[in-house]
Amino acid sequence: MSDEVIVSVRDVHKTFTVTKTPGLAQRMRGKRREVNRIEVLKGVDLDVHKGETVVILGSSGSGKSTLLRCMNKLETIDSGRILVNGHLVGYEERGGKLVDEKATVTARKRTDLGMVFQQFNLFLNKTALGNVMAPLQDVKKLSRAAAEAHALESLGKVGLLDRKDNYPSKLSGGQKQRVAIARALAMDPSVMLFDEPTSALDPELVEEVLAVIKAIAAQGTTMVIVTHEMQFARDIADVIVVMDQGIIVEAGTPDEVFFRPKHPKTYALLRRSGLAVEPPGSV
Amino acid sequence: MALALVLGLLVALARISKSRILRSIALVYVEVMRGTPLLVQLVYIFFVLPAIGVNIDPVPAGILGLGLNYAAYLSEVFRSAILSVEAGQTEAALSLGYTPGKALWRIVLPQSFIVSLGPIGNYFIAMVKDTALTSVIAVTEILKTANVINAQTFETTQVYTAAALLYLLISLPLSRIVSALEKRARVHV
Ligand SMILES: Nc1ncnc2c1ncn2[C@@H]1O[C@H](COP(=O)(O)OP(=O)(O)OP(=O)(O)O)[C@@H](O)[C@H]1O
Ligand SMILES: [Mg+2]
Repeated sequence: MSDEVIVSVRDVHKTFTVTKTPGLAQRMRGKRREVNRIEVLKGVDLDVHKGETVVILGSSGSGKSTLLRCMNKLETIDSGRILVNGHLVGYEERGGKLVDEKATVTARKRTDLGMVFQQFNLFLNKTALGNVMAPLQDVKKLSRAAAEAHALESLGKVGLLDRKDNYPSKLSGGQKQRVAIARALAMDPSVMLFDEPTSALDPELVEEVLAVIKAIAAQGTTMVIVTHEMQFARDIADVIVVMDQGIIVEAGTPDEVFFRPKHPKTYALLRRSGLAVEPPGSV
Repeated sequence: MALALVLGLLVALARISKSRILRSIALVYVEVMRGTPLLVQLVYIFFVLPAIGVNIDPVPAGILGLGLNYAAYLSEVFRSAILSVEAGQTEAALSLGYTPGKALWRIVLPQSFIVSLGPIGNYFIAMVKDTALTSVIAVTEILKTANVINAQTFETTQVYTAAALLYLLISLPLSRIVSALEKRARVHV
């Protein structure tokens, strides 16, 4: 691990605005348009160093996915800064304000971040190999032959060479997620983002995906992982971060967080996952 | 058909675009084309446009009329097919460094095209049937010419018999082709 910071999150705020337009009947009864604002991120600070594995824990709705999606600008932020390799992604700063940058520039910067989704999101009309090759050809502009060679290497890393010609519909959930990992990894990003990579899987398929992620971590890949798998988090994390209602309430090594939780929310979270922990302040 | 496909896709893209103006124009186009009879549109193109100085031959006029009309229907097929592709597909593409345009072109559209193939086929068959409508233009054209010749030669019987024969010459093969195509279509459906 080095001091080099790959992802730097500074005081990030994010509010979702949900507008409910009532139907005609309700409008005639005098009901007005309803605007709901949910503040999902309320000032988040986080540094991810090169080679580090950061695991984000937190109860449902605490803003974990949103934080990840803000890193590669699948979501916008309201204020604060997120730097990846020292650059804003999706914005440029003008007079202290964030302004949307050109889509082509954002696209290029996004190749620095590989993302693995809960629902896999494999391209349904492409084989396993085709999924990994497509961005290599379309985005990295590799020749067909070079893309194929590189894609095969990446599929090998997740142990799926024998399934390379299968379409997603002919792959198990675990295999789909491993293809998705291979696809993101093949782009050679500086950091991999995992958003609950095993939450959509049958229990017996979880382990094969976790094993692949562990293998990648062991090669020194920088990673941010959102997960509810506590044992896995403890095994793999260099840093564990606990989120609650849009802020980071606790951050530390697995030992610190699991054995000496400082925040009541961390304690509650660990208890809920069936881990025997001492309540905060008892040691 | 090619005109209908290309224009239909463009209209569909306009209808889902971010620009409010583009969306409204496309919506008006679709509503007008679907809300008025094809025959009226054909007659309009062939007989009203010349009045404002745009002259079109019967065959291009027929192609244009059918193309414009079917583009409206096909745009709806494309639109629902594009919207049926999950947002996750686009998000995955974006996260891999595709620009929004490239994600649409390389990832979403190929998938929606597969979904649309069935409906496109059905519209194609309907379109072939509607080509019979374009003969209205041709028939009127024949009659107009017959009138002119008649006025010059006064060989009334011969002129109108020739006109009738000409019409048969156009309509018989057309209805033959249509029913043959229908038969083939029924085999495939
Ligand atoms: N697109 C959206 N529009 C409106 N509200 C949203 C949107 N996405 C998320 N939210 C809200 O933001 C809050 C945080 O969502 P987020 O998905 O980041 O939570 P999470 O920590 O990932 O939870 P989970 O463990 O359930 O995945 C939730 O209250 C959610 O309802
Ligand atoms: Mg989530």
